Amino acid sequence: MVDPVIASRLQFALTTIVHIIFPVVSMGLAPFLVYFTWKEIRTGKAIYEQLRRFWTKIFAVSFAVGTVTGLVLEFEFGTNFAAFSTIAGELFGGPLALEGMMAFMLEATFLGIFVFGRERVSNLVYFVSSVAVGLGTWLSATWILIANSWMQTPRGFEMVMENGQSVVNLVDPIAAYLNPRFPWMFVHMQNAAVESVALLMAGIAAYYVFRHHVRENPIDHPEFWEKTLKIALVVLLVTAPIQAIQGDAYGRHVADTQPQKFAAMEAVWETESYVPEYIVAVPTNVDDLFDPRAKELFGIGIPGMASWLASGGNAEATIRGLESFQTEAPPVAIVFWAFRIMVALGFWFILLALWGAYRWWRGELLEDDLLHKALMGSSLLGFLAVEVGWIVTEVGRQPWVIQGVLKTTDGVSPGLTGTEATFTLAGFAGGYALLLILYTYVVVRLVRSGPPTRDELAAVESPTTEEAVSVDD
Amino acid sequence: MTELGMLASEPLFGLPLAELWFGLVFFIFGTFLFLDGFDFGVGILFATRDSKHEKERLLDAIGPFWDGNEVWLVVFGGALFAAFPSIYANLFSRHYLLMFAILAALGLRGLAPEMYEQRDDATWKTWWGRAFVVGSLTTPFLIGLFAANWLLGATTIVTLPGIVVGFAVVALTVVDGVAFLRLKTRGELRESLATDGYRALAAYLALVVIALGALYATTPGLRSALLSPLVVGLVVATLVLAGGYALATARDRYYLAFVAVAGLVFSLVGVVAGSMYPLIDRASGLTVEDAIVSTLPLNVMTIGAGLLLPLIFVYFGVLYSVFSGPIEAGESY
Repeated sequence: MVDPVIASRLQFALTTIVHIIFPVVSMGLAPFLVYFTWKEIRTGKAIYEQLRRFWTKIFAVSFAVGTVTGLVLEFEFGTNFAAFSTIAGELFGGPLALEGMMAFMLEATFLGIFVFGRERVSNLVYFVSSVAVGLGTWLSATWILIANSWMQTPRGFEMVMENGQSVVNLVDPIAAYLNPRFPWMFVHMQNAAVESVALLMAGIAAYYVFRHHVRENPIDHPEFWEKTLKIALVVLLVTAPIQAIQGDAYGRHVADTQPQKFAAMEAVWETESYVPEYIVAVPTNVDDLFDPRAKELFGIGIPGMASWLASGGNAEATIRGLESFQTEAPPVAIVFWAFRIMVALGFWFILLALWGAYRWWRGELLEDDLLHKALMGSSLLGFLAVEVGWIVTEVGRQPWVIQGVLKTTDGVSPGLTGTEATFTLAGFAGGYALLLILYTYVVVRLVRSGPPTRDELAAVESPTTEEAVSVDD
Repeated sequence: MTELGMLASEPLFGLPLAELWFGLVFFIFGTFLFLDGFDFGVGILFATRDSKHEKERLLDAIGPFWDGNEVWLVVFGGALFAAFPSIYANLFSRHYLLMFAILAALGLRGLAPEMYEQRDDATWKTWWGRAFVVGSLTTPFLIGLFAANWLLGATTIVTLPGIVVGFAVVALTVVDGVAFLRLKTRGELRESLATDGYRALAAYLALVVIALGALYATTPGLRSALLSPLVVGLVVATLVLAGGYALATARDRYYLAFVAVAGLVFSLVGVVAGSMYPLIDRASGLTVEDAIVSTLPLNVMTIGAGLLLPLIFVYFGVLYSVFSGPIEAGESY
């Protein structure tokens, strides 16, 4: 049996890694859906209705799976991290409750109207529903990021003795909820979600454009996919550079507020100045590969660059090494590589956006098969970037669950047995694998079946439909 | 800063906020059980329908609603966590495997209808249809078991009163499902459902009597609470509401029957909460006053809930009025 502490941490990691996919789809798609609905109502063009209907189906499936997997996360604070919930619940429970009441309710109720109610409500109410759904997804992220960012840069509380236990007491809600990390996380996360969805759209659209224009296999709605590709590229062209510029500043904020995490991101062991930015780094000894204390790095680095990044322009700046902290370092290899993958992907997305924009400008967007292949291959990479980004954030703050206040190992439920924890961990590993397979299957089917045809759109509005369907019944 | 100082030192408007939140947590739980209850009931009734057409009709009936209904469970978790974090932690970690069984059942219930709609072949529909029924049946059973164990202060998962209450909740969700479907359907389907409703109601009443007997017999600590005027009153209310439901159903007063079911659900939740108070967790012996968070976060949460809960009822009002009345033939929303 796995130790309950390790099993609980693995289980939380696993359930979070899977869950995050669905909110990213919701948050990223929401602004697109608002735009499509707006254009559909304003222009009356069928293509916007096609876009709205097609992407709404994917949104609805993602929301349903996201609800179920999100509920698991909420409950895991009670089941697996009862000590954390008891100690920090007074401050941490509030954002979760407010998320449910303020955001999730708004999203879920108006999603009912948005998915099923096009024929039943006026254009105005329908548009308002799309905005309400989108607002719900973003507010939901707001409260979750408030809770998470407080754990990274805790403020507005004091520790007091209660029932023989030292617990968090909220003293300043504004300082606690609008803590220093929150705005950095919010911008980085929301932009990442929109960017990821733009990449997904571009990849899918590129596949159909490629088949139609390059391979010359006629498809049903070439204009639909061309439009999708163009909209996705425009969004990518905006979001990809923002992500890199904001990410750079975010990194400096981390260096200031969580120096241990920053040192792990750069694998800096001894406090040094003029620290190089390693593009690649491996321990010289194979035994050290998974040892967070491995120091003898072989690497290729840009001299002074890490110092320059950490300080915002001073290559001579000192970076505090992992050795100088009282607490054990986080698993450096994971944080170091996850960070590099994220950054590399971020630059790749900028390149992709510029490449697409250049071809478009030259009037060759529909013919460049290499670009299409690159977009197809990158369609899921936005999600990968989000995952590794969260790994940097969450693994990087170890051993703390609340930075400087509570260690992760002290947050686990005291009564939990290894058997119970191992059993549910295995259950989740199997169940979530199945869930991902089924979700992928559904999304692939939706993509394959394509947007509703013009005839189908007309049929929805035609008064003869009801009879036609009832006969069929 | 003086305002913040006020918020930190005394309860908002001098209200008994600990009791208010105890009530609110159970009210949210009751709302979840009533609203998602008809989704569960529809899922169970799915098994009793043979024709593909009727099955589709049942799925269409809950389509626009169930996402919103399930969110009440998320809000219940959040409210319990925010107001009584130590109870949230203690209760959930104590019922570790039961909590995950509930999550698995809910997951199956949520996934199955999405999958059911995906393909048209018979085997696929048969299996996802079954998964839908199993998820819809096990979720209310396990939730009933959980609620009874909470009341009992049980430290084991399987308890006799827990099992009886589990079955009672299943029967109640079937009554709920029937009442909802009679609002949403018409013709032969609507007529044939009435019988299912009467049977489930009879089963529910029998199980409530057995459950109360089992609680009285197995838990001496609960005896005085079970005989308190509040609990006795709620049991009487249950009988009256059951009669009202039967009468309304017989006379085709669909809305009244649906309202009567709401009354039945809140009476049941009221019995659980009323028998528990002033304790909130019998197992740890904590009272509502012991477990409530300190004044400042409680005031902040009260302001939040006071502003948001009325708004949520507006959303639900909009949703339910947009999709009011029976679904028309050929309309799949």
